Amino acid sequence: MTYSPKLIDHYENPRNIGSLDKNDVDVGTGLVGAPACGDVMKLQIKVGADGLIEDAKFKTFGCGSAIASSSLVTEWVKGKTIDEAETIKNTDIAKHLALPPVKIHCSVLAEDAIKAAIADYRAKTAKKEEPVSEGEQVAAPAK
Amino acid sequence: MNAFTQIRRNDQPIYLDYQATTPVDPRVLEAMMPYFTYKFGNAHSRSHSYGWEAEEGVEQARAQVAKLIGADEKEIIYTSGATESNNLAIKGVAEFYKDRRNHIVTTVTEHKCVLDTCRHLEQQGFTVTYLPVQKNGLVDLEQLRAAVTDKTVVVSVMAVNNEIGVIQPLAEIGKICRAKGAFFHTDAAQAAGKIPLDVEAMNIDLMSISGHKIYGPKGIGALYVRRRPRVRLVAMINGGGQERGFRSGTLPTPLCVGLGEAAEICMKEMDAEAKRLTKLRDRMLKGLEAKLPEIYVNGDLDQRIPGNLNISFAYVEGESLMMGIKGLSVSSGSACTSASLEPSYVLRALGVDEELAHTSLRIGLGRFTTEQEVDTAVDELVSHVTKLRAMSPLWEMAQEGIDIKSIEWAAH
Amino acid sequence: MTDVKLKLPIYMDNHATTPVDPRVLDAMLPYFTQVFGNAASRSHSFGWTAEKAVEAARDQVGALIGASGKEIVWTSGATESDNLAIKGAAEFLKDRGNHIITAQTEHKAVLDTCKRLEKEGFEVTYLPVGKDGRVSAESVRAAMTDKTTVVSIMLANNEIGTVNPVNEIGAVVKEKGAVFHVDAVQGAGKMTVDFHGLGVDYLSLSAHKFGGPTGVGALIVRDGAPLLADRRGGGQERYRRAGTENVAGIAGFGVAAEAAMAGLNVTALRDRLEAELRRIAPDAVVYGGAAVRLGNTTCISMPGVKAETQVMALDLAGICVSAGAACSSGKVGASAVLAAMGVPVDEAATAIRVSLGWNTAADDIERLIAAWRDLYVRVAHSDISHAQAA
Repeated sequence: MTYSPKLIDHYENPRNIGSLDKNDVDVGTGLVGAPACGDVMKLQIKVGADGLIEDAKFKTFGCGSAIASSSLVTEWVKGKTIDEAETIKNTDIAKHLALPPVKIHCSVLAEDAIKAAIADYRAKTAKKEEPVSEGEQVAAPAK
Repeated sequence: MNAFTQIRRNDQPIYLDYQATTPVDPRVLEAMMPYFTYKFGNAHSRSHSYGWEAEEGVEQARAQVAKLIGADEKEIIYTSGATESNNLAIKGVAEFYKDRRNHIVTTVTEHKCVLDTCRHLEQQGFTVTYLPVQKNGLVDLEQLRAAVTDKTVVVSVMAVNNEIGVIQPLAEIGKICRAKGAFFHTDAAQAAGKIPLDVEAMNIDLMSISGHKIYGPKGIGALYVRRRPRVRLVAMINGGGQERGFRSGTLPTPLCVGLGEAAEICMKEMDAEAKRLTKLRDRMLKGLEAKLPEIYVNGDLDQRIPGNLNISFAYVEGESLMMGIKGLSVSSGSACTSASLEPSYVLRALGVDEELAHTSLRIGLGRFTTEQEVDTAVDELVSHVTKLRAMSPLWEMAQEGIDIKSIEWAAH
Repeated sequence: MTDVKLKLPIYMDNHATTPVDPRVLDAMLPYFTQVFGNAASRSHSFGWTAEKAVEAARDQVGALIGASGKEIVWTSGATESDNLAIKGAAEFLKDRGNHIITAQTEHKAVLDTCKRLEKEGFEVTYLPVGKDGRVSAESVRAAMTDKTTVVSIMLANNEIGTVNPVNEIGAVVKEKGAVFHVDAVQGAGKMTVDFHGLGVDYLSLSAHKFGGPTGVGALIVRDGAPLLADRRGGGQERYRRAGTENVAGIAGFGVAAEAAMAGLNVTALRDRLEAELRRIAPDAVVYGGAAVRLGNTTCISMPGVKAETQVMALDLAGICVSAGAACSSGKVGASAVLAAMGVPVDEAATAIRVSLGWNTAADDIERLIAAWRDLYVRVAHSDISHAQAA
């Protein structure tokens, strides 16, 4: 399997590895995938007072394509509003990294991860304002 | 042995995939060379010295192969490899005896060529029992005994598994088969030349051997077919009647000679090599265990050939690990390296959790592996596993005391 | 590697096998001890380099015979290829029909495969040949029924070198909707073989017939042609033929194919040989001599002298020829090909096969002529001829 230089770069020099405090009210956490499938991504965003994503961190259990996809997403979301970040498409990720067809699902998972993080942040924000029924969540966050 | 200097160039990674294939031992290549040059005759040419010389080479090699497994030379049939031998053995006896017996017993951890052959025979009306294996990879003899009936024509159990290297209890299996009048076929591709094999003592009726797994060339293998009591089979390849009618076709003389020489070298060096490889493997395992918690060896560690390690590195996905260890050549039980998205069926058969299966690597040591290579491999593995664990959300959870199994994952 | 200067017998049995071309051996060597990976190993460079070699050879063989790389299925040799093609097609198409057509002059790999299929309920027509030793398109047309699914006719005959009109036969087969297999083992490397141009569905090749190593061959399968795999397992060769690829052998096959693009130009030598032998013994018969033939083959009788005697005498004189097809496991039997041509048994027993190759020199021909003459003269001038006839 020949990987593109960009993919290899993200694998060898991953951006934004780490964790944010998931209890922080400004942090949204998305945890998607399943160990049984060989792909788990945890993606976190910290949203500033101005509504822009000021920090993003990730941790991934998965193949090189999965690691590169999630690393790329953390790079892309920084400085964006959450509405903008929500528009990131897996096809953009796959194209940028030149993912082989059999690895496209890694980019899909990365898209799911950012959406899950955003959904989690939104749910927290809504709770802050008024009690509402649980918002949509793509994945159950870590207990 | 100075042969090492002729194996592998400096620009190549350290080779640790000896179960996938082996380099040809330079001594084997040397034995083959005359047959690629001045002794080039067709072994079946009756009319001239080129033919007679070639025939001599082929027959000498046949005796060498026979000796390795305690058989008579007349019982060794040359094939193009173990895949062919496995196909021929199972299909051949099934076809021949189908009017009397139409049941086959095998295990779920067999090589694909055995499993696919059995599935094909099922479509032709045979019934096949696929026995499970225990957690250690070994077949349960009582289950086997119960599965073999007087309708069973052949029981096929591989001697040594290619992914986890475990050694099945061949003599006991042979006894069970004998008692029920079923033939015992064993795929010995990973076993021949590595553990002692004796077709008489083990009651083996058919045995597959692969040249390129024992430091011989690719494109050649053998099938042992017992003569007393006689095992009959329907040939798969017709024409010319070579190999007592079992397998027609011009014999590839240099490859036959190579197989014979490889077999003889294995026989002579088996004990010493086993000892050396056991030491190296223990060195590797200890080296890894000293620096990495939560690593698990898949398959029985004692009933195992010394040259194989199959290890799950928890919380680190196999393909990502392989990408990191660029200086090493290994293979993975992870899905990401196979065409499908399913992890290794052998690991699944052992009951290894799916997520652990995704974290496993197969490491194969062999004749030309050095202590330095082992140490370098340990360092690289430790370094990359550590790095990837720092990047792994599962490792993080485990460190926090979270039970990963308790989480409901929204899988895709 | 080894530079051997021995006084070796002259080898003129190239239809049985050919010496390995030194360029071929050079190309193979790295794949034994250095670039030794399993081509199916996806995870490391040992595997990738092995796969690369296999794919490069695909292009080289494809160029020799006018096929595309994905139409090539590597096998262990022509016998396996013949089996795979005929059985694979016949089994696949058995709902459509169960009649197979071949010729009496085919190689045993084809004939025995057909006999095996007869045991399984197929019907086989073994066509006779004309006096010239060739199969005619007309005889194929006459034999075809609406149950015919597979026709197998070789390109060039291994014993007498005659070349069948494969183009014409192919047109007939296609017209009637059957598939066409051609054993091109002796043709490839000696004459132009154009797979796409011939319009056949399957073509068998063997590397060791034109300077390549034994143990490797190919079956060319037209894209879309029906084929049921015989050997199952690891999915190699797009699931058509399982088994670890013989990388070194395939690499050698590729180089042999490339070298064979230059053609085998020994026709003049063969013609001189025949002209001289007939001058010495005007009653000598060249079988297939009037037909379209490969330029390297002579199947010629020495009147009154058994083939075995000739072969032994020539061997003593340091020359290797054949007294019949090599590929029989028992003794040298009577030639089925000559019998099919209507040659009387006694006469057929006096025929030897001389097949020239890439390393045949003009001097070798002179030596053969001399030795042949010596024997003939000795027999003609002595009473041994009476013992021969017995």
